[in-house]
Amino acid sequence: MPDFTLSCPIPLTTYPHVLMAHGGGGRLMRNLIQQLFAAAFDPQSDTDSAVLAVSGSRLAFTTDSFVVTPLFFPGGDIGSMAVHGTVNDLAMSGATPHSLSAAFILEEGLPMETLWRVVESMAAAARACGVRIVTGDTKVVERGKADGLYINTSGIGFFEHALVLEPASIRAGDAILLSGDIGRHGMAIMSSREGLQFESDITSDSAPVAGEVQALLGGGIQLRCLRDLTRGGLASALVEISLSARARLGLTESAIQTRQDVRAACEILGLDPLYVANEGRFVAFLPADQADQAISILPAASIIGHVERLGEPLVTMESPIGGSRIIDLLSGEQLPRIC
Amino acid sequence: MKYLDEFRDPAAARELSAALHAVTTREWRIMEVCGGQTHSILRFGIDQLLPPAITLLHGPGCPVCVTPLEQIDKAIELARRPEVIFTSFGDMLRVPGSSTDLLSVKAQGGDVRIVYSPLEAVELARRNPQRQVVFFAVGFETTAPANAMAVRHARGSGVANFSILVSHVLVPPAIEAILASPECRVQGFLAAGHVCTVEGYEEYEPLAARYGVPIVVTGFEPLDILQGIYLCVRQLEEGRAEVENQYARAVRRQGNEPARASVREVFEISPRKWRGIGEIPQSGLRLRESWSEYDAENRFTLLTGEVDEPAECISGQILRGVKKPNECPAFGTRCTPESPLGATMVSTEGACSAYYRYKPHA
Amino acid sequence: MARVSFGGVIKEVSLAYTPEAVPGDYVLVHVGFALNTVDEEEAQKTLELLRQLEPAGAETIDDAPGGEAA
Repeated sequence: MPDFTLSCPIPLTTYPHVLMAHGGGGRLMRNLIQQLFAAAFDPQSDTDSAVLAVSGSRLAFTTDSFVVTPLFFPGGDIGSMAVHGTVNDLAMSGATPHSLSAAFILEEGLPMETLWRVVESMAAAARACGVRIVTGDTKVVERGKADGLYINTSGIGFFEHALVLEPASIRAGDAILLSGDIGRHGMAIMSSREGLQFESDITSDSAPVAGEVQALLGGGIQLRCLRDLTRGGLASALVEISLSARARLGLTESAIQTRQDVRAACEILGLDPLYVANEGRFVAFLPADQADQAISILPAASIIGHVERLGEPLVTMESPIGGSRIIDLLSGEQLPRIC
Repeated sequence: MKYLDEFRDPAAARELSAALHAVTTREWRIMEVCGGQTHSILRFGIDQLLPPAITLLHGPGCPVCVTPLEQIDKAIELARRPEVIFTSFGDMLRVPGSSTDLLSVKAQGGDVRIVYSPLEAVELARRNPQRQVVFFAVGFETTAPANAMAVRHARGSGVANFSILVSHVLVPPAIEAILASPECRVQGFLAAGHVCTVEGYEEYEPLAARYGVPIVVTGFEPLDILQGIYLCVRQLEEGRAEVENQYARAVRRQGNEPARASVREVFEISPRKWRGIGEIPQSGLRLRESWSEYDAENRFTLLTGEVDEPAECISGQILRGVKKPNECPAFGTRCTPESPLGATMVSTEGACSAYYRYKPHA
Repeated sequence: MARVSFGGVIKEVSLAYTPEAVPGDYVLVHVGFALNTVDEEEAQKTLELLRQLEPAGAETIDDAPGGEAA
């Protein structure tokens, strides 16, 4: 590399303050986690749940916090999302979700009726997922210090099989399955954001996916690795896995389902649906010879690509017209473009 | 969606690619001057469908990239004022000024908000009469009618607490500056469809004639771009240098008369600095004297003066088509989207950022 | 202001610069403004030109310098 003097006065690799981008699911968030949190703590894995050996059996343990404006959005609300998010993180390790905790940070002045609706929604979601909310915590902060309420849920789950689902289990040739269409949650939220609003029938995809994972496992699919798509969307999830597994992934854009209205809303705002948030979709890596069987178990899913080889962390995608491009992490949150 | 899916048809793209291979007999360098086209080219991998003899150069077509450092610094200064709500299109927020960016100003308490349209900034001003709402009016001919209407609407509806920070640029003077440069390598241009939707393409005709270059008004979808390149190459092969209109479904020769009249009422042509290139005469727009009360640079006393750009960044050469992003020694090493040296690495439409995201760089 | 549908997504758009637009027209929209109505006849012509290119595909590479798209 040629020797160069860094004459630029603006090396913004490190920001002296936390930005929204540090929570945006992109490169800044990855750096924050790796350089600050992981350096200080003792993370057990680079998956959504830690898998702990407790008295001879395996236990999955995870936590997630939920901040969303508005609290109620087309297709869901913060309460059901707080249950689904943690249930899904457990499911991604292959565990059967068992019990959750729920901690609330409430803003002074929040209508009691709003809180009741959120709690009802959580209870209904927990029943539907077959988990119990068994412990919790409550704090209240002054008016103006929270967007109504924030929720944290933690969860534990147990394993009914011996598979180890993590990026290191991925093999060359594996098929990549996507469980459904993408981009609905992010665009449902965006439709109500001040300054960017639009009208549409787009509803969030917020849903538990534990049942789908159980169906795949029950059907004998030898799953290697699972990841649910949240902030940063499909693209960020696959890049993260590619980096962890040091795997080169080849995707086919035309195999990725996106509803027409989601695509249209993305076109209007200059957003790429690949990076838009989801709350009820996941990708699964599985042996290629089981791909057809997996699709017959989950008919809404599609095979969007393959693991081309190991040793090189790279994600490429073939466009519908035949060219290909590199898929990378965004810096932070995706910002609407001018044109 | 109508007029999107038809112009993304894979079979037609293959046919166009074959026709382009058939008509190309020697090397040609063609420049697009439109961030939206640059984005499409890299997102769809259009460059990979071209004969190897054709080189696409990505010109100064991204509004975010060409906004000069000192205008960003002024935006940051304005956004830090407690009485100001600073409004902007999304991707301006990540563009570094000389010491920080608008995202950081927001993190430190500045009231910075993303809007989709400048009319929404006027509406914000109406709802917040005790605050000053400033809109960052950047962009090319395409965005000027919207910004002109925003100030006209503010005056018409008596919204006095609205103003704009103007950094408007015009495409034809930039094309001329590139052509007039002795190091110019560009042999043909794709003109930006949306820009011509507003201003028409009469202005390009003398440029094509004087410099002997074909200019093809081109849309944004993959088939539009492939066809624009095809028409341009055919002219080059046949030794012609004319203005052709590939984007006839949206562009008329005269442009959009009501929009042009609105822009002329509010703005006048002025010299403008371009980030990475420097000042180009008569290449920008500023508010006319009669509208100066809506000029944020008049309304507020700003301390920001002239600002020099980092010496290591070669974005000027990239914007003029002299170098490609991966020919820069800082590309992907000291200059990345998280830590950009120049604005071409910042915007997703910027040539360097687009290269970084879509081309191998490991 | 008008309600413009983008493949089912509806946004308020100013028609100040396209006074000729009537319900049912396609418009080109940029930052909240319609900049032009789409000329459907021209759009069809462009697509037609693209279709006419097809016979000039791979087989006739050598003798097809492109007289088909005027």
